[in-house]
Amino acid sequence: MRFRTTALPALVAGASSLLLLTGCGAADMTKQASPFANAQGAKTVTLSVQSWVGAQANVAVAQYLLEHKLGYRVDTVQIDEVPAWDALSQGRIDALMEDWGHPEEEQRYVADKKTITRGGDLGVTGHIGWFVPTYFAKEHPDVTDWKNLNKYASQLRTAESGGKGQLMDGSPSYVTNDKALVKNLNLDYQVVFAGSEAAQITQMRQFAKEKKPFLTYWYTPQWLFKKVPMTEVKLPAYKEGCDADPEKVACAYPHTPLQKYLNTDFAKNGGKAAALLKKFKWTTEDQNEVSLMIADQKLSPEEAAKKWVDSHESTWKAWLS
Amino acid sequence: MATITASAPLSLPGVLKHRAVHKLLLIAVAAAVLVPLANARWASGSWPGALTVDVSEPLAKTSDWIIDNRDSHPLFLYFFGYISNAVVLSVRAVYLVLLAAGWAGVTAFAGLVAWRVAGVRLALGTAAAFLACGLLGMWVPTMQTLAVMVVAVLTAVVVGALLGLAAGLSDRMDRALRPVLDTMQVLPAFAYLLPVALVFGMGVPAAVLATVVYAAPPMARLTSLGLRGADKEVLEAVESLGSTARQRLLTARIPLARKELLLGVNQTIMMALSMAVIASIIGAGGLGDRVYQGLSTVDVGAALAASIPIVLLAVILDRLTGAAGERLGATEPDQRRLRGRAGWGVAAAATVVVAVAVRLLNGTDWPSGWVVAIAEPVNTAKDWMVDHLYTGVPVVGGTAEWAGHFTTWVLDPLRDGLQGLPWWSLLLIVAALAWVIGTWRTALTAVLALAAIGVLGVWDKSLDTLSQVLAAVAVTVVLGFAIGIAAARSRRLERQLRPVLDVLQTMPQFVYLIPVVALFAVGRAPAVAAAVVYALPAVVRITTQGLRQVDPSAMESARSLGATTRQQLFQVQLPLARPALLLAVNQGVVLVLAVVVIGGLVGGGALGYDAVFGLAQGDLATGLVAGTAMVCLGLMLDRVTQPTERRTKKGA
Repeated sequence: MRFRTTALPALVAGASSLLLLTGCGAADMTKQASPFANAQGAKTVTLSVQSWVGAQANVAVAQYLLEHKLGYRVDTVQIDEVPAWDALSQGRIDALMEDWGHPEEEQRYVADKKTITRGGDLGVTGHIGWFVPTYFAKEHPDVTDWKNLNKYASQLRTAESGGKGQLMDGSPSYVTNDKALVKNLNLDYQVVFAGSEAAQITQMRQFAKEKKPFLTYWYTPQWLFKKVPMTEVKLPAYKEGCDADPEKVACAYPHTPLQKYLNTDFAKNGGKAAALLKKFKWTTEDQNEVSLMIADQKLSPEEAAKKWVDSHESTWKAWLS
Repeated sequence: MATITASAPLSLPGVLKHRAVHKLLLIAVAAAVLVPLANARWASGSWPGALTVDVSEPLAKTSDWIIDNRDSHPLFLYFFGYISNAVVLSVRAVYLVLLAAGWAGVTAFAGLVAWRVAGVRLALGTAAAFLACGLLGMWVPTMQTLAVMVVAVLTAVVVGALLGLAAGLSDRMDRALRPVLDTMQVLPAFAYLLPVALVFGMGVPAAVLATVVYAAPPMARLTSLGLRGADKEVLEAVESLGSTARQRLLTARIPLARKELLLGVNQTIMMALSMAVIASIIGAGGLGDRVYQGLSTVDVGAALAASIPIVLLAVILDRLTGAAGERLGATEPDQRRLRGRAGWGVAAAATVVVAVAVRLLNGTDWPSGWVVAIAEPVNTAKDWMVDHLYTGVPVVGGTAEWAGHFTTWVLDPLRDGLQGLPWWSLLLIVAALAWVIGTWRTALTAVLALAAIGVLGVWDKSLDTLSQVLAAVAVTVVLGFAIGIAAARSRRLERQLRPVLDVLQTMPQFVYLIPVVALFAVGRAPAVAAAVVYALPAVVRITTQGLRQVDPSAMESARSLGATTRQQLFQVQLPLARPALLLAVNQGVVLVLAVVVIGGLVGGGALGYDAVFGLAQGDLATGLVAGTAMVCLGLMLDRVTQPTERRTKKGA
């Protein structure tokens, strides 16, 4: 019974010593790194990974260089884009390697609060669009223009789309105007949300295996094109500002030069790691090369990064200088 | 995780049937008066727009306020900030200790604790499990998860025990706490991940606190149950010795309740582990994050490699706390040679020796060569299964066709039917069901919960979700009863089922996401399939147990009267096991509802999708409304399926 009578004081002592440890002043919520960072005296960098393989490729190469050329330890955390901005502003993660454009967050964190600093271009240009499998486009070449989509609605019907054709959308974290587009372009389609990129990819491969037609929201650069060749469907051309009103959108998605962002503290005091991440800039081909090794040849991200690093010395040497 | 805190209620005799008729008559009278009124004012099939409240604006404002003031407002600087710092520091401290002990130290320590608590067999199993985590290449993530779990479980146990202490000692506190604990248990974890992450920031602090919210209720319930259940005579005896209230509590009531307390700790650990993956969505790191990363590259093998350590940890901790509970209950003194302090001393010394020795030999990190790659064979197996089952199987058709038919013939009519019913008629149906099965209080709760859904403006979406839940529960109950009956009749089958059920119950739900889509295509059908897989084990277990506990003499007399096995089953066993079967249905409902969000990730749409959307886009309005609607659905379904006696029973 002695344990029970001593438990309470011990608890109080524990709690108060924690309070002492945390200091009696204000607790700064912007300076709370991950508890796993800098363990055992190692210098660590925490990078966020988004759910697509392109983002994994960026992180894999950055991680490889940080670990093997600069002697850092790298922790990676998978978070969706918007929450990643929040985590970045609080220093829970140090850098976001690939951002597809979040004007609201940029205004709040970069311009107003200044807790996040721009890290420059990644060098890759992203583009969102509607795609059909190439085997289907070859059979019916006119399907690649939105004006003819209604003709094919009956072929693209599924149990989930009711009487209409199915336009498959993916993860709720991605930017999409598809519901508005279907309505404003008078298309006889139902947007069906796969709910996650994993589910969407699995479904596309399943369709492709049976050579069934499908219509999907998808984006480049993406490794899946090598596995399931797809052709983009032309939507009304994109003009600056045509997607300003989410209700009235009736045009294609823009081409976006992808951006990097760093936590401001880290950008200032991150030393060589921050300098490397700021200079990190490669091409769509480079990214696809690494992505393919990860997703298609099933190499681990580290092995894929090593292969790329070994054969592209001139590219990354410039980032280290 | 099934948390069965109720004891078996008695079956309803014929008298109650009369009361049921009375209740229905009363409802019919009330309806005759109210429905024409409601219909005249708000004549619409769906929930009337005039009766909704738009909460998105204030919620968006709240969320903006939090983000703008999080770094400067005293509430955060002097309150939430401290909590968050304390969590970070404690997790870090545990993590550093684990890293310093190295793989050998941790394995030796775990094995020796298991030896002290439960004997040699479990000790070997425990050590093997930890080595397996290393062999799968998951050592560091396992340690991160363990660090988070230690802090989360300790906090949940302390919080739960304090709440339970309050509820156990004061009837007023008990009454006040019960609805709170009820809500905490039906609340889907996704509903509060976002608010918690908003206040504490992404990452470990939010993950730990969300886990505490999720895992504390069983501890609180069982603590209170234990305190209330203490033997009256013992208490009187202690009182007659002139002890103070405090002494009575510390020397009699708490020690008498230790079995319940330990069961509470066990349940808390299980609940906390089941949060490990969900919490990775807000950046908890560790094993959950590996599962999540594996899934995003559609790599089931990698996700499974990270899930196995979670399952192993769950099984070990379950058996360990179970063994500790049995030892507490044992009346025989410990007969082993190294008992008490001496045994613990030997264990501690051995741990240190092993840790230091291996550290000197080859460091603390898991040796990089000692990794078995299981990802590839698993993926090959999955591909084979999908290739051969998806479509065109002779006679029965492929899984994709089943899914299509299930959607068109079951889910669509069910959804359209529910959405087509006038809103007031649904309220009436729920009121009638809940009142017949429970009391007027449960009926009122159920109706209010349903009405709240309408007021929040997500009536149609919630009915879509409801249709999926009902379909999943129906499938689960049919399968669960069938398997449960079979297991109750054959000890061998039950033994063979046990490990399968263990694995299904502890396997993170995210792992079935891809196989389910690969087999059933994107949509509501895979959502239902995922829910069935998750809820089935609990239903099977409760059914088997319920049938087994049927009075043997009743069975005996039936047999002596010459009843066939069929007659025995339908006329004796099943009627007598009715309370257990009702509980199985109730647990089925609660568990199915817990995976609605997973459904959202595979195309289930409706509330599940909204909850995921809210989290992914940091949209408090969408996420919180969807979460609240799920809670309301849960409360409603729980009340409609909950037998009366469970609620009136004291303490449970």
